[in-house]
Amino acid sequence: MSVLVDKNTRLLVQGFTGREASFHAQAAIDYGTHVVGGVTPGKGGQTHLDLPVFNTVAQCVQETSANASVIFVPPPYAADAIMEAVDAGLALVVCITEGIPTADMIRVWAYMKGKPTRLIGPNCPGVISPGKCKIGIMPGHIHREGNVGVVSRSGTLTYEAVGQLTKLGIGQSTCIGIGGDPIIGTSFTDAIRLFNEDADTHAIVMIGEIGGNAEETAAAYIKEHVRKPVVGFIAGQTAPPGRRMGHAGAIISGGSGKAEDKIRAMKEAGITVCESPAEMGEKVQSRLQ
Amino acid sequence: MKIHEYQAKAILAQHGVPVPRGEVAYTAEEAEAAAKKIGGSVVVKAQIHAGGRGKGGGVKVAKDATEAVELAKKILGMQLVTHQTGPEGRLVQRLLIEETLPIERELYLGIVLDRTLGKNVFMASSEGGMEIEQVAAETPERILKEGIEPGIGLIPFQARKLAFGIGVPAASVNAAAAAMTALVKAYDSIDASLAEINPFILTKDGKVYALDAKINLDDNALYRHKDLLELRDLNEEDPLEVEASRFGINYIKLDGNIACMVNGAGLAMSTMDIIKYAGGSPANFLDVGGGASAEQVKNAFRILLSDANVKAVLINIFGGILRCDTLATGVVNAARDLNIKVPIVVRMEGTNVEKGQEILTNSGFNFTVANGMKDAAEKVVRLAQ
Repeated sequence: MSVLVDKNTRLLVQGFTGREASFHAQAAIDYGTHVVGGVTPGKGGQTHLDLPVFNTVAQCVQETSANASVIFVPPPYAADAIMEAVDAGLALVVCITEGIPTADMIRVWAYMKGKPTRLIGPNCPGVISPGKCKIGIMPGHIHREGNVGVVSRSGTLTYEAVGQLTKLGIGQSTCIGIGGDPIIGTSFTDAIRLFNEDADTHAIVMIGEIGGNAEETAAAYIKEHVRKPVVGFIAGQTAPPGRRMGHAGAIISGGSGKAEDKIRAMKEAGITVCESPAEMGEKVQSRLQ
Repeated sequence: MKIHEYQAKAILAQHGVPVPRGEVAYTAEEAEAAAKKIGGSVVVKAQIHAGGRGKGGGVKVAKDATEAVELAKKILGMQLVTHQTGPEGRLVQRLLIEETLPIERELYLGIVLDRTLGKNVFMASSEGGMEIEQVAAETPERILKEGIEPGIGLIPFQARKLAFGIGVPAASVNAAAAAMTALVKAYDSIDASLAEINPFILTKDGKVYALDAKINLDDNALYRHKDLLELRDLNEEDPLEVEASRFGINYIKLDGNIACMVNGAGLAMSTMDIIKYAGGSPANFLDVGGGASAEQVKNAFRILLSDANVKAVLINIFGGILRCDTLATGVVNAARDLNIKVPIVVRMEGTNVEKGQEILTNSGFNFTVANGMKDAAEKVVRLAQ
C-alpha cells in the first residue's frame, strides 16, 4: 500500500507541451505512471508524447477520467492552473512551480476551502509511491518499494534521505515533497496523518527546515496520535536569522522559525532527531529494529 | 526585497496613511534645503535597511536647518552599527529629513502572513516603539490580531475593534481605523511580504501618523511591479549576492572559511549544517539550481572564491537525473579556467558516478572525491585546517 498515488492514479499534465513538463511527463511514463493526457490552452486537439492535448482541464477530465494533475505552469499563471484543476474536481493536484506570489496562493487557499481536492506544493518535487506511480521531478531510480513514508519541504534533501534509505535496503511506501513555500496545500501534519493511517507504512521520516512552525504543529500531532517510529531532521541549523535561504518559506523572522525550537518540539514528541543529515538512513534502520 | 523607510512612507501616503512631512537627502546641502522647506525643528534619520537606527545614533532631532546640516554631515558617511547590521555596520548614504510631531502615545501596527491560516493577519499593539518580538515574548496579550479576508481586506469594524482595543481615544478611532485599512490596501496593491508601522503615533492634538515604516516586498511578485524594482538599493546588499542573483544563483555570504556549492536549498542548508557538525565553519549558502550546468558551476565558483576567507570548497550535488561525468567535466574546466588553487572536495550522486569520479581524479587538479555527505564534510574540514 501507499498514500495519495498508486496504480489507480490517472495523471494529467498542465502546461503539458512545455519543455520541463514534456521531459518529466516522459520520465513519469517510463517509470510506469499512468499518464492519460495533458492541457495546454490553445493546443487542444493536438497529440503530444502520443497522448491527447486539451484546451481545458475539465475537457481533459471528461475525456480521460483523469483523477490527478501535475502542474508545470510558469509562476504568473500557476495559481490559475491550480484553481482550474480544483474546479474540475480532481482528487489530487501536485504543483511543481516555484516562484508563485504569496498573494496568489492566499487566493488559491480561499478558493479551495470546502472543496475536496488535495493540493501538494507548490514549489515541490512531487509525490512518488515507488514501483507504482511517480508524479513530479524526482529521479525514480533512487527509490525502492517498501514501508517507510517520507515527507519533506525540500527537493534534493529528500533525494538524499531516500538515497540513504535505499542504500541500506530500506524501501519507501510514499515520498511526499510538500514544498518550500510559506503557503502550501498539504502540511506536515496532513502528510503524517496519511502515513499514520496507512497500514503498510511502518516508519516515517520527516524532513523540515527553518521558517514557520509547521514542524512544531506536526510534532504535537505526533505526540498525541502517532505510535509508529518517526525520524526527523531540520535543515538550516547554521542559517542566519532574517535571511531567506533559497526557499521562499525558509526564513527565521520575528523570533520564530528557528531550527532549535523545531528540534526541541520534535524531541519532546518522541521523534528521533538526526543531528547530521548523513545519519537519516541509519536512524530509520535502528528505529525499525 | 527590502526598501527604505522614506520609500515605504511614500507608498503609504499614496494609499492614505498619514505620514509626517519629509524629504530624502543624499547630501548635507539637500538636508539643509529640506529642513528649510519643512521649517522649525526636524528629525534627521539615517536610511539603511536595518532596524535599531535610533539606538545606534542614526536618528537625531535638530532644532533648525543649521543644526540639521551639522547632523546630516555627521550621519552621512557613518558606519551605522545596530543589532541588525552586524559589527561592521552599514554605510549611511541617504537621510530622511522630517517634521517633528508632538507625540502623545506610541502604538504598533503590522501585517504578517499566517502560514497556518493561509492568509494575512493584521496586528495592533499598545506597546509601540518596542520590538514586536519582545512584546510577543513578554506581554503577548497586548498584541491584538484580526485576520484579513482575501478579496475583502480589513473590514472597518475590525479596524475599530483593534483601535479601541489598543486604547485609541474615541475621538481618534476613525482616523486610526482609516489608517489601518489604508495600510492593508497599500500592502495588497504592492504585494508586500511584511509591513510594520512602529511607532504608529497619536499626537497631542488627536491626529495619527506613521512615524516609522518598514515594508518588505514579495520577490516572487516583483514581475508585476516594474515600478517598485526602481526602489532596490544595491548599496544595501552584499555585492557578491547581487552578482550571484544575476546568474540565478542563490548565494548568501557567511563568516566561515569552507565554501559550499550545492543543488537545492534544503540540501544547501544541510551541507552548511554538516560542515559545522564536522567541526568546520561554512563560508556561504549557495544553491546552483537544479541543472548544475557547466556554465552555472563556473559562475558559482567565481562567486564563492571572491570571498578571501575561503580555504576549501565542498561541492555537493545530488543529481539523480544529472549525469555525473558531465558535471565533473564542468568542474574540471571551471577549475582550469579560473586557475583555482584551494582544495576542492566533490561529492556527487547521479548517473555515471564512477566515470565522473575518474574524470576528477585524473584531472591533475586538487580534487578530493568523497562518498556521501559525512565523508565529504570530514574531508573538507580537514583540508581547510
